[in-house]
Amino acid sequence: MSSDHILNLAAIPEEILTRVEARGISRRDFIKFCTMTTAALALPITMVGKVAAAVADARVPVIWVEYQSCSGDSEAFLRANQPTATELILDLISLEYAEVVMAAAGHQAEAAKQQAMEKYQGKYILVVEGSVPSGADGAYCTIGGHSALEDCRKLVKNAYATICVGTCATFGGIPAAAPNPTGAISVMEAVPGAAIVNLPGCPVNAENLTATIVHVLTFGRLPATDGLGRPKFAYGKRIHDNCERRSHFDAGQYAQAFGDPDHRQGHCLYQLGCKGPETFHNCPTIRYNEGTSWPIMAGHGCIGCSEPGFWDTMSPFYRRLPKVPGFGIEDTADKIGLGLAAATAVAFGLHGVASCFRKHDAMEEDKVVKED
Amino acid sequence: MLEIRYTWEWPVRITHWVNVLCMILLSITGVYIGNPFMTASETSQYIMGWMRFLHFSFAYLFTVSVASRILWMFIGNHHASWRAFFPWLSADGRRNFVKMFRYYTFTGKQISYEVGHNPVAATAYLGIFMLFLFQIGSGFTLYGQFAPGGFWNSLTGWVLVSISSQWLRLAHHGVMWLLAGFFINHLYSGWLMDVKERNGTMSGIFSGYRFIEPKDL
Repeated sequence: MSSDHILNLAAIPEEILTRVEARGISRRDFIKFCTMTTAALALPITMVGKVAAAVADARVPVIWVEYQSCSGDSEAFLRANQPTATELILDLISLEYAEVVMAAAGHQAEAAKQQAMEKYQGKYILVVEGSVPSGADGAYCTIGGHSALEDCRKLVKNAYATICVGTCATFGGIPAAAPNPTGAISVMEAVPGAAIVNLPGCPVNAENLTATIVHVLTFGRLPATDGLGRPKFAYGKRIHDNCERRSHFDAGQYAQAFGDPDHRQGHCLYQLGCKGPETFHNCPTIRYNEGTSWPIMAGHGCIGCSEPGFWDTMSPFYRRLPKVPGFGIEDTADKIGLGLAAATAVAFGLHGVASCFRKHDAMEEDKVVKED
Repeated sequence: MLEIRYTWEWPVRITHWVNVLCMILLSITGVYIGNPFMTASETSQYIMGWMRFLHFSFAYLFTVSVASRILWMFIGNHHASWRAFFPWLSADGRRNFVKMFRYYTFTGKQISYEVGHNPVAATAYLGIFMLFLFQIGSGFTLYGQFAPGGFWNSLTGWVLVSISSQWLRLAHHGVMWLLAGFFINHLYSGWLMDVKERNGTMSGIFSGYRFIEPKDL
């Protein structure tokens, strides 16, 4: 296929480009944004024109709420992109309510949220960041006198769709880690049966959030999701299966300690507790911060931040397996297992010695049995 | 008068030894996959690749073997039957279970003399079959993750919605060690019964024949 042909396939109508340019966004940036988002969605190159058409005209109302969160996802979304991309995204969506960036505060802000919810009922996209505390009747997190649980249920039910960003909103995350003092739950658990897309990650990858919104704009529906409500385009493959260090894993070359010769050679981080084999995410292909890098590329194992049960099941971060419940932190499953096997051998050994000295316990026929 | 009785039919013997082979190979390769104790000096080597290949191949063989044995529980003779694994369902079985248990714990002198499995062993094997099924199920669930939407993942993916893959992996490791403990116990009990029963316990699993004194039954 010639390069001209590819360009034709990916062509964006001149009319759209002129319109976008008039808004102060360069053609180059717009084309880059559209092609990258199309690629992130795992769509064929022929869809670029359709994505561009949807992106150029759309303006979708978004309400962005935070419950038990650190605002890391807001930060990731607002800061990670190049300025032009941020402009584009902020053009794409009309952020009606977002605690981190809005000018209004207090009752004014709450009134704006209520207004937006009523005005765009059934049309707005709700973005939820942070888990929802269910303990003590929701007293652990209240906004304007309403519990997060109450607020969340109301907003989710009136939304066109809900996008949960970050591991806290999707699976409970760090607030839900044992012993989970606030009874933190995910949005999916707080509002069962609602149209929810989960974008776990700590923080969420802004590219995946953008791509999800663009998918809704382009096709008028949410992207296909897996059993955990995660879009397949972003969470359909295991990190391990797309990892740039995978060949070292298969060969058997492992870093044993940070800074050792194997680590300096860029060998596999499996022995350092990398959770890539347990984690479904597109980090290896899309990376973070405009494709700059991602944890494994930077020399640190994956900590499985986007998986259900993160933190409890993915810690200790530098061990392959979780801690065995009821045993000390230094005891690994294999140490305990080896101890069990050794104890079994000793116990049966002793039983055997004792059995050798037993008298009159065998078959009654202690005499010679003659065959005819 | 000693009788030569054909006890363990060939499918029982074959699946028994295939299971032994699989368990040893799966344990060694499994321990390596969990904790790679050999490392490669060159990228052109393929140690982990081969270990995983062996682990998955023998996992399939093991699954076929266990499935065949379960099938034989419905086809084979009464020693191989599924009923043999529930000895405490009959009064005889319960009595012999207590007798055998007391023998093992040095509180009784009599062995429950059996042609097939003794009731304590049969109960243990029931548990072992459960562990086998658990290992097969958890193993293929973890394996299936390489291809979401593929055959194994569509079959087992629901498991990972309710339990994290890390807990499942931990359990997969833990059960391997339980089976290692059983392996030691099984070798020992086989030897002990070979000595005490004097009816060809050990050779029976090779030949299928046991030498029974009907008076002792």
